[in-house]
Amino acid sequence: MTTYDVGAMLDDMAQQLKQLYVGQDPLMIGIHTGGVWVAEQLHAAMGLSQPLSSLNISFYRDDFTRIGMHPQVNPSVISGSVEDQPIILVDDVLYTGRTIRAALNEIFDYGRPGSIRLAVLVDRGGRELPIQADVIGKKMTLDVGEQIKLSGPTPLELSIIQSEGI
Amino acid sequence: MSYRNNIQLTKDKKLRHFLSIEGLPRAVLNEILDTAENFSSVADQAVKKVPILRGKTIVNLFFENSTRTRTTFELAAKRLSADVLNLNISVSATSKGESLLDTLSNLEAMQSDMFVVRHAKSGAAQFIAQNAPPHISVINAGDGNHAHPTQAMLDMFTIRRHFEDFYPLKVAIVGDILHSRVARSQIHALTTLGANEVRVIAPKTLIPTDIHTLGVHVYHDLPSGLNDVDVVIILRLQKERMDGAFLPSEKEYFHTYGLTEEKLAYAKPEAIVMHPGPINRGVEIESSVADGPRSVILKQVTNGIAVRMAIMSMAMGSYSAAREGAT
Repeated sequence: MTTYDVGAMLDDMAQQLKQLYVGQDPLMIGIHTGGVWVAEQLHAAMGLSQPLSSLNISFYRDDFTRIGMHPQVNPSVISGSVEDQPIILVDDVLYTGRTIRAALNEIFDYGRPGSIRLAVLVDRGGRELPIQADVIGKKMTLDVGEQIKLSGPTPLELSIIQSEGI
Repeated sequence: MSYRNNIQLTKDKKLRHFLSIEGLPRAVLNEILDTAENFSSVADQAVKKVPILRGKTIVNLFFENSTRTRTTFELAAKRLSADVLNLNISVSATSKGESLLDTLSNLEAMQSDMFVVRHAKSGAAQFIAQNAPPHISVINAGDGNHAHPTQAMLDMFTIRRHFEDFYPLKVAIVGDILHSRVARSQIHALTTLGANEVRVIAPKTLIPTDIHTLGVHVYHDLPSGLNDVDVVIILRLQKERMDGAFLPSEKEYFHTYGLTEEKLAYAKPEAIVMHPGPINRGVEIESSVADGPRSVILKQVTNGIAVRMAIMSMAMGSYSAAREGAT
């Protein structure tokens, strides 16, 4: 099992984001569940004044007809309006890009944002859609049988584990 | 209770049809309430719609009139992006002599995915579910005196949003228990979810004689029945079902069983007042109570949309999942 210094990764991400939003007060939106944990840390580190928002993208997934509903009690909570806002969308792991596609669709059902940037703790490659992150904590390539495990919300811990049963 | 052979559930206990609360485990009821909680934020969106049932066809089969239930089902289906067909059967094919099963076969041939059924006969939704092909889910929107499970679930959702937990709650259901499919479903839901005490309050003529088998306490007067309760559910006096000599007069009923501010004072100070609608002002409830600060009657209507969205998407999802063999 390999573990990572999440604190240093978050500091680095917060620094990059601050430089991208000098003189602006962006709205930060975390994607349930891991993305909200990462967003909570970034939100605090950046000292944003607008409250943190969260998205539950279950109803926008593209695999409903394959796997049905995901029971999860985390309604989307968007604080204030997204209209014309600069938005930072935060997730834990960027992989196929399908979650981000769903999140973008949901955000646009709340209004027309000014801009959206994507910040992720881990980019593990493997994209199936033309979606890229603007701020990345760490890029990783996983071997067959390896899995990323994020536990949180505090302490937020990231490790690579061997998946069971393969 | 055995959940085997229950056509409401798939083999892995997912909601397949929604016909009655009876026979559903607490886990499924909680999953409905949790999913409804997620759907409630859709109303905050500028576009009040999610794409989850895009391309699905839902048929509202109403063999009996209902404005509120049909419109909230329709709105719920539309907010899930499904296509909705509203059929008022009493004035449609059956009056031309077409049999129920022929009507259903035609709707199946139109590639429908779900039937929402309201019928004056108890067991109608169950009958349709048993005779429908495997790709169609059936939701009971009220059958005879038997069940109105989506109404009960939106009531449970309203209670849970207010009090969070069912265990400490004392709930009183007041009115025409005998003819009420709503009361029956509420009683099953409250006992399944673990409410502390469920009471029914009504004159003897409006209470079924075997009601105690459902685990409720029976009262015949408001002051003692309302004493110390957290939730007061007033039922509508169903004038259209009152063809026997059940009551002396509406005025007399209001005097004894109508909820007034004075009577409400017997309940806990923080008690809420619910009513499935439509309300008969001055018959079962005084206007100042119906419109007062403790009434959650309009919240029930709003909550009905999210709860019906949850039930429809869960039933539709379990079928899709089973078909793909991915569960």
